[in-house]
Order: sequence, then C-alpha cells, then structure tokens
Amino acid sequence: MMKTCKTLAAAVLMATGGALVAASPALAVIELDVTKGNVQPLPIAIGDFQSRDGIGAKISAVVTADLKRSGLFAPIDPAAFIQKDLSPDATPNFADWTVINAQALVSGRVSPEADGRLRVEFRLWDTFAGQQLDGQQFYANPENWRRVAHIIADAIYERLTGEKGYFDTRVVYVDETGSKSQRVKRLAIMDQDGANVRYLTKGGDLVLTPRFSPNRQEVTYMSFGNAEPRVYLLQLETGQREVVGNFPGMTFSPRFSPDGQKVIMSLQQEANSNIYAMDLRSRATTRLTNTAAIDTSPCYSPDGQRIVFESDRGGRPQLYVMNADGSGQTRISFGDGSYSTPVWSPRGDLIAFTKQSGGQFQIGVMRPDGSGERILTSGFHNEGPTWAPNGRVLMFFRDAQGSGGPQLYSIDLTGRNEQKIGTPSYASDPAWSPSLE
Amino acid sequence: MRRIALGAHSRIALALVAALAVSACANKNKNGLPDNASELGLGGAGGAGGYGRGNAAPGTAQDFTVNVGDRIFFDTDSSSIRADAQQTLTRQAQWLNQYPNYSITVEGHADERGTREYNIALGARRAAATRDYLAQQGVPSNRMRTISYGKERPVAVCDDISCWSQNRRAVTVLNGAGS
Repeated sequence: MMKTCKTLAAAVLMATGGALVAASPALAVIELDVTKGNVQPLPIAIGDFQSRDGIGAKISAVVTADLKRSGLFAPIDPAAFIQKDLSPDATPNFADWTVINAQALVSGRVSPEADGRLRVEFRLWDTFAGQQLDGQQFYANPENWRRVAHIIADAIYERLTGEKGYFDTRVVYVDETGSKSQRVKRLAIMDQDGANVRYLTKGGDLVLTPRFSPNRQEVTYMSFGNAEPRVYLLQLETGQREVVGNFPGMTFSPRFSPDGQKVIMSLQQEANSNIYAMDLRSRATTRLTNTAAIDTSPCYSPDGQRIVFESDRGGRPQLYVMNADGSGQTRISFGDGSYSTPVWSPRGDLIAFTKQSGGQFQIGVMRPDGSGERILTSGFHNEGPTWAPNGRVLMFFRDAQGSGGPQLYSIDLTGRNEQKIGTPSYASDPAWSPSLE
Repeated sequence: MRRIALGAHSRIALALVAALAVSACANKNKNGLPDNASELGLGGAGGAGGYGRGNAAPGTAQDFTVNVGDRIFFDTDSSSIRADAQQTLTRQAQWLNQYPNYSITVEGHADERGTREYNIALGARRAAATRDYLAQQGVPSNRMRTISYGKERPVAVCDDISCWSQNRRAVTVLNGAGS
C-alpha cells in the first residue's frame, strides 16, 4: 500500500513522492528529543546515493550538510563505513552500521527517466531496531537536484525529530557592496544554505527590509526610489513592482499578514511614525497606532489576531503587543536596555527581538506576555532576527567591530549552534521564507 | 583605522571635499573628532581647505556649505536642536532668506548604533525638527522638504563614538540653483 502521492506545489519540481515501503509507521527506537536545551547530536550515516554520473554524491553531500548544520545530527565520516555496497534495494547489514555507532542510516539512488527527469529515491533506517523508518521517491528536472536534496533532508529531520524540517526554504536579504558611506544595496534571494543566489534589484535604488509573503511568491520591502521612500511589492515570478498604497509620506518597515491579504507598515507623519495596515485587494487602510512617538517594526502573530511592534512612546524603544484592530496596546519588554525589531515565531510561542544593552547588540527571545526573556547571542552588533518556519532556528545579521560589513548567521533557539551563512558579499536584513505546505 | 568618506549624492560634493579636508586637518591636532559644525570647519572661516570666504562666491552652494555650515549634529537617540546647532540653523535661515531662489532638502541621518527601522524613523524626526526650526526662523515651508536616510549613509565610517557623533546629523541640501 502506497502513501498518497504528495505534489510539491512549486512548479519547478514536477515531482510526486511516494512511500517506497508498505509499513505502517515503524516504532522508532531512535528518537531525538529536541525540546531539551542540550541536545546530543544523533550519529547518522549518509551513504552516497547511487548514480552513474556523480549527481548522487552531490545530493548526499547537500543532505549531509543540511543535517549537520542543524546541530541535531552528527554525520559519520564515510571513510568509517564498513558496508560499501549500500543499496536502497537491499536491507542493510545492520551490524556493520551499529558497530560504527550509526544510529540512523540513509541510502539512496538517482536514476534518469526516459523523459529526462531524475528519479531520486531514498530510505531511512533505524540500525539498532533493524527497521526502515521512511522511504520516498521524487521525480525532478536535473537542475532542481539541490531542492530534492533539501526535501529529503527535511523528511529525515522530520522523521527523527518529530518537528518540521526547514531545509527546503529560501531567504530574501539585502546584498551589500561598496564603501560604508556609499553602500550599494540589492535585494537578493537564495536557498537557506546560501546556494543559488539571485539578485532581484539592480542596486540603483537603496532597498531595505525585504519580507516574504506567506505563499513565497511576493516580497514587500522599502525602496528609496526617485521621490519619497516607500514600501513596495515585488512579484518574484514576473519581476513586477508596485508601490503599496498611496500614503501622504514615507512608508517603511512592511510585513505581510499571515493570510497574505494585508501589508502592515509604518507611515511617517511629521516627527512621528504610526502603524497602518493596508488591505491589498480593497486598498483600504487602517490606522492602528496614534502616538507622538516612533511606532514601527510591526509583526502579526501567526493566527493574525495580534501584532507586536516597537515604540519609544515610553522614552526608549520597547516592545508592545496590541490586538489586530489596534486596541489593547500593552508594553511587554521591561528589561534593562532597549528592544526593537520584534518577530513573532511561526509557532506563536515566542517573540524574537534585537536588544541594545550595555553597548552590546543582542538577539533574544521572550514569550508574548514578556516573560521568559533569554539572550541567544550578544556582541558589537547583532540585528534583525527572522524565524525558520519551524520556529527552532533564527537567522540575523552581524556586523563585527572593525569588519567591513555585515554577514548572516543562524542560531538555534537554545543559543547554541551558531552558523555563518556564506554569501557572495556583505549581507543584511534576512527574511526566511515560510515552508510550502 | 579612522577614515572619513565623502558625503552622499550631493550637488555640493566638491565643497564637501573641502569641508572634510578641513576636518581631517583638525583631527590631527585632537584626540577625538570634532562633533559640531564649527569645529568641522563648516561653520566658520574655512581657510585650510582652500574654500574660505574669499574663494566661495556669495550665494553659491560653496558659500552655504563652507561659510554657513550645511549640517547640524544630535545627541544619541535625540532630535533636540542643540545650542551649537541652533547657531548653525540661524545662519542657514538668514542665508536662505537672503537667497530665496533656493529650495532645500533636509536630510535626517542616524548613527549605526540603532536598528534599521527605528533609525529610519529617527532620521525623519531629526529632519522634521530641523525643518521646523528653519521655519521658525522665517524660511517658508514650501521651500523645504525632508527625507530620512536612517543609518544608511554615514559620512564617518569607524566603529567608535568619534564617527557615530558625526553621523547623527541633519544636512541641509540646496536644490534649486539660485544664482
């Protein structure tokens, strides 16, 4: 009995995946508890996927890198492998894998189809229980091999941790070149591991703070065009751009609502900025804050019911939460220092922020009621966190003192496993895409 | 290392070169960088940069930048017009009232020690405060527009307070060619 084929929504991957085996979910002996603070990475063996032309080894390498970067897995050096003829067609010799302490094992194969597509299949094994945990196959155009690898890594991650993977995702960010005083900034998009960088603007206009729409097809951002700086909307497929709304002043700090129907942003009016929501279909705008202060960086809760934002109405920038209609504005940050750039976790349980305290710039999280504040990283300049869609990892940018410019980093919710994301030049303002359901 | 870069996108770039050359000279004799317009050589007799009062024809952009002073500075997270800035803005207003053909753009800037969105708003608040002060001094509002660059266009690029204090600024940029 095959699982129902699941269609991957993006057209690029004309694939259907199906389970390779017929089992009801096996009772896994191995299990990674990712809810604890100090996770011992799970030793996993990932064999090169069989193929005629080396593509299999490339796919295995991407799967290995994804899992390793998560900090939850410790891929075993293939040089230690005893069984060399690993094939997805045969049950592995489990004793050969348990003896090198591989608790999980991945085998796979890539084969060309008559129509030019690749068939990629993999199996995930629990070596100590001697059971298959997962097995799927995908059909994809050869140029999408990296995406297939990320999808396989997601499947392995999900099966072993019980949480959704985040490897088949992208990041939109601001590419920075040139001197600090004359920085050229371009919108760029890449895979979450830094591969496949593509530039979305040419650099003639200063661009800031790009954010994905929930369906990943659009990006809203701030651009200094010819006249007043404004919030724009960019269609990724067509490259079409438009100004969002017809506001009587500078608009900035945009973000989509979780249903994709609205963009929420700040409007500058005289010395003050207030928060407005605009319905993208009706073009109706709603004013949500009205203070003689700077109200900015609004971000919806994942259910769309509430909004977190920063305001200096009390003196220094602090975090506030309000209902989506602007009612019930309540301060939630009370620590020593100032707080800004709040982002609500896709799981709803936490709000990440930038905190300035004692001359340091920190990335931290707190609960939506302001309790349980934890600082994940602290240094000369860390700013602008964005959540991986599973709510376990944050990406942000760091400008180390004396460095020429900012670079992107990711960090686990535990504050451990900090990783630099390689980009072709300096990079800032990352925004992680949602995952495709 | 301390380094001073040229100002952004300005018609008066040439004058700025001169002005910044003055400030660079001043630095050699001081421990910290000057953080107000007159010390930068923007507010008084320029001299050292070669664009003293004698070299800049009255009513020109050079005259405004070098002899009047095109920028004021702010305290951290503040948009209050300081006493030294009030003097500069009073001179700016007198000059602008004397040469009424110019329209101006007041650019508000923030230092790098803040987050991006907040600094955009802070720069706007500084630009608005500067414009309002000029308006009080008789410069018609319809000659003035404002724009904020947040922390995107620092003039001084180093990672300490000597640069940050120069980047917290409002710059009055002349638009219309008046004479």
